[in-house]
Amino acid sequence: MSGGSGKNLNLKLKVWRQKGPKDSGAFVEYDAPKVSEDSSFLEMLDQINDRLVLKNEEPISFDHDCREGICGSCGFMINGNAHGPMKNTTVCQLHMRNFKDGETILMEPWRATAFPVIKDLMVDRSAFDRIISAGGYISVDTGNAADANATPIPKPDADAAFSAATCIGCGACVASCKNASAMLFTSAKVSHLALLPQGKVERHERVDHMVAQMDAEGFGACTSTGTCSASCPKGISLANIAMMNRELLASAVMKREAAAGDGI
Amino acid sequence: MASILDSKIPGGPIESKWQNHKFDMKLVNPANKRKHTVIVVGTGLAGASAAASLGELGYKVKSFCVHESPRRAHSVAAQGGINAAKNYKNDGDSVYRLFYDTVKGGDFRAREANVFRLAQVSTQIIDHCVAQGVPLAREYGGLLSNRSFGGAQVSRTFYARGQTGQQLLLGAYSAMMRQVDKKQVDLYARREMLDLVVVNGKARGIIVRNLLTGAIESHEADAVVLATGGYSNVFFLSTNAMACAVTAGWKAHKRGAFFANPCFTQIHPTCIPVSGELQSKLTLMSESLRNDGRVWVPKEKGDKRHPSQIPDDERDYYLERVYPSFGNLAPRDVASRQAKYAVDSGRGVGPTGVAVYLDFRDAIARLGKPAIAEKYGNLFEMYEKITGENPYEIPMRMYPAPHYTMGGLWVDYDLQSTIPGLFVAGEANFSDHGANRLGASALMQGLADGYFVIPNTISNYIASTKIEPVATTNDAFKAAEDAVKTQIVRMMMIKGNRTVDSFHKELGRIMWDECGMGRSDAGLKKALELIPKLKDEFWNNVKITGEANYVNPELEKAGRVADFIELGELMCRDALERKESCGGHFREEYQNDGEAKRDDENFCHVAAWEYNGDKKPQTRHKEELTFENVHLATRSYK
Repeated sequence: MSGGSGKNLNLKLKVWRQKGPKDSGAFVEYDAPKVSEDSSFLEMLDQINDRLVLKNEEPISFDHDCREGICGSCGFMINGNAHGPMKNTTVCQLHMRNFKDGETILMEPWRATAFPVIKDLMVDRSAFDRIISAGGYISVDTGNAADANATPIPKPDADAAFSAATCIGCGACVASCKNASAMLFTSAKVSHLALLPQGKVERHERVDHMVAQMDAEGFGACTSTGTCSASCPKGISLANIAMMNRELLASAVMKREAAAGDGI
Repeated sequence: MASILDSKIPGGPIESKWQNHKFDMKLVNPANKRKHTVIVVGTGLAGASAAASLGELGYKVKSFCVHESPRRAHSVAAQGGINAAKNYKNDGDSVYRLFYDTVKGGDFRAREANVFRLAQVSTQIIDHCVAQGVPLAREYGGLLSNRSFGGAQVSRTFYARGQTGQQLLLGAYSAMMRQVDKKQVDLYARREMLDLVVVNGKARGIIVRNLLTGAIESHEADAVVLATGGYSNVFFLSTNAMACAVTAGWKAHKRGAFFANPCFTQIHPTCIPVSGELQSKLTLMSESLRNDGRVWVPKEKGDKRHPSQIPDDERDYYLERVYPSFGNLAPRDVASRQAKYAVDSGRGVGPTGVAVYLDFRDAIARLGKPAIAEKYGNLFEMYEKITGENPYEIPMRMYPAPHYTMGGLWVDYDLQSTIPGLFVAGEANFSDHGANRLGASALMQGLADGYFVIPNTISNYIASTKIEPVATTNDAFKAAEDAVKTQIVRMMMIKGNRTVDSFHKELGRIMWDECGMGRSDAGLKKALELIPKLKDEFWNNVKITGEANYVNPELEKAGRVADFIELGELMCRDALERKESCGGHFREEYQNDGEAKRDDENFCHVAAWEYNGDKKPQTRHKEELTFENVHLATRSYK
């Protein structure tokens, strides 16, 4: 109903199947007949999986949870695009009305050294958690806060911080980048916190530690091609990377000044 | 007969109960805190905030989540906002008014003392979140912005566009990850709790399945906190995320924790209607939309005209008509019920006729499209992605859907269950919302429990309880591990003919038809015949492919559905026994012209169910509720 077309599509799927992290994988072809245009991409996969189970086969594994585009669990490459063809859309919010009858759809997991494949379309993105735990926070214990309105924050700063903070940590930026760089993810958190007065105190340590962790995880360098931002389902801006680079430079300058000061 | 349930509400006037209790509670000295381990299951708002705060205090915390990362917990999807009695608007708000609105909104089925504490700490939550860098919406002067929400006549809701839950969760998640970095919190991701371990009457650990390797692991602690969310997925189609389950709470129930008010579920009025048989979940559209959207259906039955062709005098703006003082901001239970009446009377809209309109035409004319886009842009986009229709031009179609569960494990004032050492926080407990939760109160309760209540009451428990050392080699751990392994083997061996989802859908259909927005004696009895049959078929005919010793989503789902089936039966029994209507629990036999008719004489109590083993039905216990501050009255929003 919703949308109301009621039309069905007949599709072919080529899906990456890989049993475990140490196994080699391969593309396997499936027919997907009678897919409702109104169903979501993941509901189409549910339908395929139901049939696989009834044929005594293992269903296709993929991470997913909220199915509202906000938890960041889902994500894989669809015809070479992270999260598929629609801009600002996660796989779970992608609907089949965006595909054509008779089309072949190619699905494979995020490919990056720092995101090892777990099974089929599932990858291990715990590197992102480790980047956050290296400094993606403001050091305030519960119970210490002043009144929330004690420090006014200019609306443009608050809005910019919010826009950076909407990153869902799905990993599309890394998967789309030819270098598998995590600069967009890391910089979104750095900008969000550096833009707010509460986050300025530890801004230098934060950016240093987060970038060091990012490098240690095996993500590649940034060559500013911008595919990360173009593929981001939340439209996180490339300006965040510029801001993170400024933060890094400022931190380096501060350290040099501090070192020089010690010499006087 | 005296109740065996002791709510342990502190004495004194309601305003000073929490303050006095905090002073009376025993403390653990900083050097001793590091010798104690606390397990926190779940990393949503309640779990992540509890893990962070306990870590800050110096306890050793073990945090568990089913997701690959704590940041994926379903609190992330909450849209609208979080209430706090800041009175920044100078519109007459106060702690007392938030308390009053919440008790009334819950149709007088919540514990006054808990609700008052919730209203008190609400202001600290906002302060703390802002200090953490949560980017809540602001006005041009740089101060925080507020909006109004259903069931209240003041503007006390703080928000971050339509992503408030995400921003608050990322705040709690970062605070917790800071403790991970400091090695105060050990994180165990992709672990599902499959049993609670009770040793000498105290909760001492959990059994989890590692969802990557299939390994069954034992973890011991001095206390266990469950912050495992709600059970709306018992209906199959709900606004909950796919992994939301009752399993952790249900296993604790089977180990002795009473389950309170299981039939109190919230059917949220504004969700995108069901579109087809293959649909996997429903999507909520924030209640904040009712600030500017007007709800209507055609006055005539079967009016199939395009909404733009139906003139104003042929539209029934039924919420404005029936509830002139609250209008479109009537509370959720009331708004849902009215939507059901409109559809049942044959005036539903859209291709299936099972929907009502939420129309922004007048708001766009009054405020302009840019102002509406600024407030609700992301929600309008989400609606268009799902339905293919542009809500700036065509009214949204909405219908109620299961969204939140007020019922949950019974807890006392300290949020401790009937098993000593087992604490329950957030949606997983039954405590603060009575029979209906007001909008923007779930985020408030999750964070109140995790940041401000649990850290105090756990310390008191540890300081005042003799907790002997226990190892995972203890017999109780071995027995629980064996039980978990046996269940998994048994499920894998069935090799029947039906998928797990087919059972889940069948259960959901029974629950929605008989234990949804309207419940009747006959319907509930029918459900109580159907569910045991479904359970029996499940255990003889479910089909799970793959192996148990690595990633196997079908096996994970099967365990959850097995528990939902048992819970569904208890929900129906609870609904059948509660012979009154209150909040979201609407028994068709007990009504005044479509409005809920409470029976304070006989049902002014919490029903808490005690598990008696597989062969015997649960026993219903009562905790009587007394209202000393907000007087029992018929709830009216007219």
